[in-house]
Amino acid sequence: MSTLQVRVWRGGPEGGDFQSYRVPRRASQSVLDVVTHIQRMLDPSLAYRFACRVGMCGSCAMTVNGVARWTCRTHVDQVCADGRLELAPLANLPVVRDLVTDMSEFFDKWARARGRFKGRHGRHDDFERVAPDSAARKQVDAAIECIGCAVCYSSCDVVAWNPQYLGPAALNRAWTLQRDVRDAAQAERLRAVAGDAGCHACHTHLSCTERCPKHISPTTGIAGLKRDALAAALKGKL
Amino acid sequence: MKPSLRARSHPGYWAFLVHRVSGVLLALYLPAHFWVLGLALREPARLDAFLRWTDQPLVRFGEWGLVLLLAAHFTGGLRLLALEFLPWRNWQKSLAALAAGVALAFALAFALAL
Amino acid sequence: MSARREALLWGAQRASAALLALCVVVHLATMIYAAHAGLSAAQILARTRGNLVWLGFYSIFLLAAVVHVPIGLRAVLSEWLGWRGASRDAVLAAFAAALAWLGARAILGVFL
Repeated sequence: MSTLQVRVWRGGPEGGDFQSYRVPRRASQSVLDVVTHIQRMLDPSLAYRFACRVGMCGSCAMTVNGVARWTCRTHVDQVCADGRLELAPLANLPVVRDLVTDMSEFFDKWARARGRFKGRHGRHDDFERVAPDSAARKQVDAAIECIGCAVCYSSCDVVAWNPQYLGPAALNRAWTLQRDVRDAAQAERLRAVAGDAGCHACHTHLSCTERCPKHISPTTGIAGLKRDALAAALKGKL
Repeated sequence: MKPSLRARSHPGYWAFLVHRVSGVLLALYLPAHFWVLGLALREPARLDAFLRWTDQPLVRFGEWGLVLLLAAHFTGGLRLLALEFLPWRNWQKSLAALAAGVALAFALAFALAL
Repeated sequence: MSARREALLWGAQRASAALLALCVVVHLATMIYAAHAGLSAAQILARTRGNLVWLGFYSIFLLAAVVHVPIGLRAVLSEWLGWRGASRDAVLAAFAAALAWLGARAILGVFL
């Protein structure tokens, strides 16, 4: 097949619809190549995001054939057996225009989950030692690789069902700090992430784990937060 | 926009759905179950009549369905306890399949016993 | 307050789940045995009436279920029906009470 039939969602906050384009199919073509071709050669009014093009920044995340992916790291051959592609903005986020979503809420929730390091030591103190083979460090080694691309957030049905839910990325970030021996804000953070808008709303769908392009499992971290919260509640510290 | 149905097409999500639907159905069944058994307390004749009704093939099929629901919810629950309390391993994602298999085994045992 | 309550509800849900797991295995095995042996209702009741061990077992079973079922329904109501807050929790508490009462009647009818 030498031509792709590509349907792209066009519109804004008030709504929109899919528009069809025909794009020449090429060897080793990525979905980002397809979007770029449409915007440069067919329809300059198309709005979309990208930056690094090499799978490091997460800016190009969008919904490809119903599934959230990084378009720069998705080969057309991988997702398009019958020559048809459907592109839409990331789910669970407000649309700015076409394939561009407003990421404010995603990062607001990150802040609400207190995903921010607070150290104990100042510049005149000695270094804190973090043993790389300590149990705590090993538990969060994989989780610190998150680059905040929102693929997990966009794949989570609980985010869709519960508007207050902090979401997998924010909770994963909180988890990495809960196992960081240098962090001094763990008690308050636990209070921020426990509750029906936090870790207790996770029902282990595992969609986040399934879709994360960096193979992180937010579900694991959220399970850890649940255990931490119960321990704190039983000790009267929550 | 909400996540599409295609985004939900993976074993973890199906396991969740089976667990939730079976739980809701069992929650609706339980009060009826208790009420019928409570008839043994005061109205044995009514209980006898009810139990004769349960001999019908359609009702027996329903009983088998209930055992399947209970087995499904039970095995799915064990999977959840493993995911939430045991150290994370990749094989835990296959627990969904294992849970389904064990649930079916229970249901078959019941069906063969009937 | 919400954080502490949610954490304790989660803990109660998992603890009751573990207890129910044991009870359900016993219950299913018993039901499969009874079906396999072709026991009639009268025959079953003849074995259960006056049996305090079984009465104790099913009382524990009932208690675990009365904790587990309403907490489980709570998430379904909030996520799929959008029902949150005090009214939902009040209705679930009433449901728990009703379940406990019906269950106690059943246990008395079958085991006493």
